[in-house]
Amino acid sequence: MAAPQVHHLFHHPIADHSFSADRKTLAVARDNTVELYSSNGSRFALNDELRGHDKLITGVDIAPNSGKIVTCSQDRNAYVWEPSNGSWRPTLVLLRINRAATCVRWSPNEAKFAVGSGARVAAVCYFEEENDWWVSKHLKKPLRSTVTSVAWHPNSVLVALGSTDGHARVLSAFIKGVDERPAPSVWGERLPFNTICGEFLNQTAGWVKSVAFSPSGDAVAFVSHDSTMTVAYPAGEGQPPHAVINISTQVLPFADLLWIAEGEIVCAGYDCEPFRFSGSASGWSLVGSLDSTSKSGAANQRDESALNMFRQMDLRGKTIDDTQLKTVHQNSISTVRAYAGSPDAVRQISTSGVDGRVVVWNL
Amino acid sequence: MANTLRLYLTCIRNTLEAAMCLQNFPCQEVERHNKPEVELKTSPELLLNPVLICRNEAEKCLVETSINSIRISLKVKQADELENILAKKFLRFLSMRAEAFQVLRRKPVQGYDISFLITNYHCEDMHKHKLIDFIVQFMEDIDKEISELKLSVNTRGRLVATEFLKQFI
Repeated sequence: MAAPQVHHLFHHPIADHSFSADRKTLAVARDNTVELYSSNGSRFALNDELRGHDKLITGVDIAPNSGKIVTCSQDRNAYVWEPSNGSWRPTLVLLRINRAATCVRWSPNEAKFAVGSGARVAAVCYFEEENDWWVSKHLKKPLRSTVTSVAWHPNSVLVALGSTDGHARVLSAFIKGVDERPAPSVWGERLPFNTICGEFLNQTAGWVKSVAFSPSGDAVAFVSHDSTMTVAYPAGEGQPPHAVINISTQVLPFADLLWIAEGEIVCAGYDCEPFRFSGSASGWSLVGSLDSTSKSGAANQRDESALNMFRQMDLRGKTIDDTQLKTVHQNSISTVRAYAGSPDAVRQISTSGVDGRVVVWNL
Repeated sequence: MANTLRLYLTCIRNTLEAAMCLQNFPCQEVERHNKPEVELKTSPELLLNPVLICRNEAEKCLVETSINSIRISLKVKQADELENILAKKFLRFLSMRAEAFQVLRRKPVQGYDISFLITNYHCEDMHKHKLIDFIVQFMEDIDKEISELKLSVNTRGRLVATEFLKQFI
């Protein structure tokens, strides 16, 4: 396994990052601007900045085919940025929310996107041709707290929402005139807007940090603050799910998860390293960490030589230098994204975190 | 270090390591605000169960956690009246300089001597393990400091009394 590529962009938390489909452009949310980096071989250089939000940006997503960028922020707004002769032109989205927007994702067909918010609603946004702007419809019924993450089903109709009330929900975001009727799936057959297709809760009802559909869309997984990862396999409309598997771990809570294949998930969070899980409807298990540097002791052993100890005492007045963590990321990881490969066979993933690093890992 | 003190501090360290998993979280009640939920307590679903770690009746540590902030309140040992006065004066001295400490709260939580408030912004700017080290080191030092102060007050008292009583000889 090749070593991960580490891009240390700045000393500031990265709330969200997104690569373009050709992996030449990297959009990074930094405070209230989005920085666009372009790749020149192995390094990323700052290319452009998207200014417009006046509070912390919480989500950024680049649509893989159309190249449009959607951003959302704690100032309650979302913008869709389109390239127009060399610069980026923002279009305000009518979100109609009165609290911060917390997360945003494009639907796979790129006709819609979903924005989670602190107003206990999730806004499903679509483009209205006749008025020439982005409008939204609210999913609000069962939500009782801030929506922390949104994820789309491959059919672009169902959306999964994770919330701080401890529930992960699967709802229909079907919009007449934008979507075609989806093929019947395990989640149900008739799916008008705001149909609750699934509602999952784990034992401790910890805050759901992230939620995601499997590549086929027939299962949903979520991570919550009690250090567990839960995978739910629905059985069909109106029936209890045929398996809900809850894996508790000994590590600190996870902040994000990503399906890398139908039977494999990568989770990352406050332990600053990504962990790999594998399994199926019959059971899941933790395979191990992707961060091999955190285990190797050779480099650290060398540091403990007598010379080094006295040098440390002389220079800094202490014997051991423990400011560096042994992991690649130096603070908690907040986002995990697919970098290369198809959704059902991801070859490389990228992670970003509070330490201002974007790391590309080989699986 | 006494053996029980080490256990007490290890327990606090482990609790803090698990509790200090904070994230940026916009306020649900007030728009365009971002406040420590542990102070606000407006949304019960955003608070975790508080943890109380006691060494004995006089020495305890309360860890209250929420989604974007954690509050640590300490009660330090006060065996007699002199220690009580010294602890009060010393901790007041520190609390008045709370800005310099960043994570120190200006006013302790009721029933405790000193409180720390750590938000997600502190965890972003500083190393988490160093923050925990600071709290544990602080607890270790505060006991030492107060017993040293007590000793010097006693020595001085004895000295003053000797000088005073010399005139009657």
